[in-house]
Amino acid sequence: MKLPIFILLFFALFFNQGRANTIEVCESCSYKNIKTAIAEAAAFDTIKIKKGVYREFNLHITKPLTIIGEGFPVIDGEDQGEILTIEADNVTIDGLKIINVGTSYTTDFAAVRVVKSENFLIKNLQLERLFFGIYLEKARNGKVINNTILGDAVEEFSSGNGIQLWYCNNVEVIGNTIKKVRDGIYLEFSDDILIKDNISQNNLRYGLHFMFSNNDIYENNIFENNGAGVAVMFSKFITMKGNIFRKNWGTASFGLLLKEINDSEISNNKFVENTVGINIEGSNRINYVDNDFRNNGWAVKVRGACYSNIFKKNNFFNNSFDISYNSKLNDNSFDGNYWSSYTGYDLNKDGIGDVPYRPVKLFSYIVNRTPETIILLRSLFIDIIDFSEKVSPVFTPDNLLDQNPLLKPVSHDIH
Amino acid sequence: MFKILKYSFYDLMRSRWSYVYFLFYLMLGFVLLFLNNDLSKAVITLMNVIIILVPLIGTIFGVMYYYNSKEFTELLLAQPVKRSSIFLGQYFGVALSLAMSLVIGLGLPFIFYGIFNSDAIANFSLLLITGVFLTLIFTALAFVIALTNDNKIKGFGYAILLWLFLAVIYDGIFLMSLVFFEDYPLDKFSLIATMLNPIDLSRVLILLKMDISALLGYTGAVFQKFFGTNQGIILSSAMLILWVSVPLYFIRRISNRKDF
Repeated sequence: MKLPIFILLFFALFFNQGRANTIEVCESCSYKNIKTAIAEAAAFDTIKIKKGVYREFNLHITKPLTIIGEGFPVIDGEDQGEILTIEADNVTIDGLKIINVGTSYTTDFAAVRVVKSENFLIKNLQLERLFFGIYLEKARNGKVINNTILGDAVEEFSSGNGIQLWYCNNVEVIGNTIKKVRDGIYLEFSDDILIKDNISQNNLRYGLHFMFSNNDIYENNIFENNGAGVAVMFSKFITMKGNIFRKNWGTASFGLLLKEINDSEISNNKFVENTVGINIEGSNRINYVDNDFRNNGWAVKVRGACYSNIFKKNNFFNNSFDISYNSKLNDNSFDGNYWSSYTGYDLNKDGIGDVPYRPVKLFSYIVNRTPETIILLRSLFIDIIDFSEKVSPVFTPDNLLDQNPLLKPVSHDIH
Repeated sequence: MFKILKYSFYDLMRSRWSYVYFLFYLMLGFVLLFLNNDLSKAVITLMNVIIILVPLIGTIFGVMYYYNSKEFTELLLAQPVKRSSIFLGQYFGVALSLAMSLVIGLGLPFIFYGIFNSDAIANFSLLLITGVFLTLIFTALAFVIALTNDNKIKGFGYAILLWLFLAVIYDGIFLMSLVFFEDYPLDKFSLIATMLNPIDLSRVLILLKMDISALLGYTGAVFQKFFGTNQGIILSSAMLILWVSVPLYFIRRISNRKDF
């Protein structure tokens, strides 16, 4: 009784697999364009696109397909509109070069859009001259791997984002390179996302932009020279690990902006040459551990309503201002950090300075109160009042001090 | 006038102090560049030194030279030479030799480290130009003080006080008024207050040219907008020239009327 069912099942499977054909698309093949190939293909077929230029747009994929490009065939949208739209589960797209996505002020045209689908895999794509790059809309359990997105954005209002996730779950964004778009990676209402090993450079606005997205991890990414840096807003339980924030330098730039972020972990990151390393506003219960702040204008700017944050084992090297506070109230703890401007001594040679360090300079307090006073930066008078405030603090929060300042920088490689 | 200028100039060139001053800048330049090879960073550090030190040395040296050469001046006054050309000649002698020490002293190390092939050349020349202007301004002020005070101690006292006022106290008053009037729009006020003090003006001019100007934020943007325009450049150079020419006018006036 059992055997025939097995045999039947086996045959059914075999038959099914036998049906998974490979369809080739090229100039001399029977399929000359991608649109007809997709239309004719059966579910679970593989479409191989050979090298060449295909002037096509509005390609809707409504069944599970694997589309593989050989030698990076070019799909040229000729600025007409959206190019690939995935509306089915189990779709793989690999090795295509997609250029000239249409720009519109009413519709967000994307090079590749995934709509309400699962188990998608988008890899090794090269996107150029685009509006939106990869747009994931209510998609789940997918991967976006090793894509290169090179935009030509000039104005914020007429450009789109490199990789956008909107109402997504469980998506991995790994090893992508994104340059010159509006926001490198943009997340809105997306939970359990892993963003890893990406490079986001020279973007007009943010390298990475988080909105209302919880339980996300981003690690080992490089964010460099973006218009405003990285913004993480209105989210909870975010882990930020081993990222590099570099050269976000401009009057309104910062390495990392935290607004309304709670219960998160920021560790092993490097903040180098940013106007503001981390700008914190309304963020509570965040652990800042093992980070390096180097040559920033402000290493950490605390804007208010920030409670129970812990700064531990961070290195502060040569920042114009280490910490800036805009109130006399302090509920955050600074303990066991290295401060390059620490001038205390260590008599018992245990590597911990005997005099507590006050990271907030009087000048940074004054600048917070009256921003115009920044024009006195590097004036002799400012050095004098900073010194006298250091000796006897009057204006800066008295409990804001590092009781155990380290004499030598923490080496983070060990961790 | 030029004869006296030449005489004062050569006299100072032979003096020990000019050498010390020259060697100081030479050392400073070399040590800075030796410690960090980054030309533009060195320019920023130098700015801190120049903004404070050049005015101080200019004032002290000017007063000192005037009092030291008083006997010679009296001898000259007996000759048929115009009074104004005696003092202006002496002034330019001092100011030019100081400026030369500064330019050559700092110029040499930076040339060795390849300033001509670097992007920092514009910033560095701006630094030297403001340095020269500060020398001219403060030496002139020193001469005015020395001419009005026959008492050496008083003269020195006023000179130091003048330096202290412009380098430190002025910024203190500036800061206090900014904080005190923080509820009012302060852009225009801070622009004008900066323009009025040559030390602040030089500091801001140099800061705006550096990367560090990004720290200045919104205020910096207002300043950048002002100093970036032709009008701003003309106004600020006019201000610096005014700071030289007004004391020069006083040197002429006082020297013509003074009873020696």
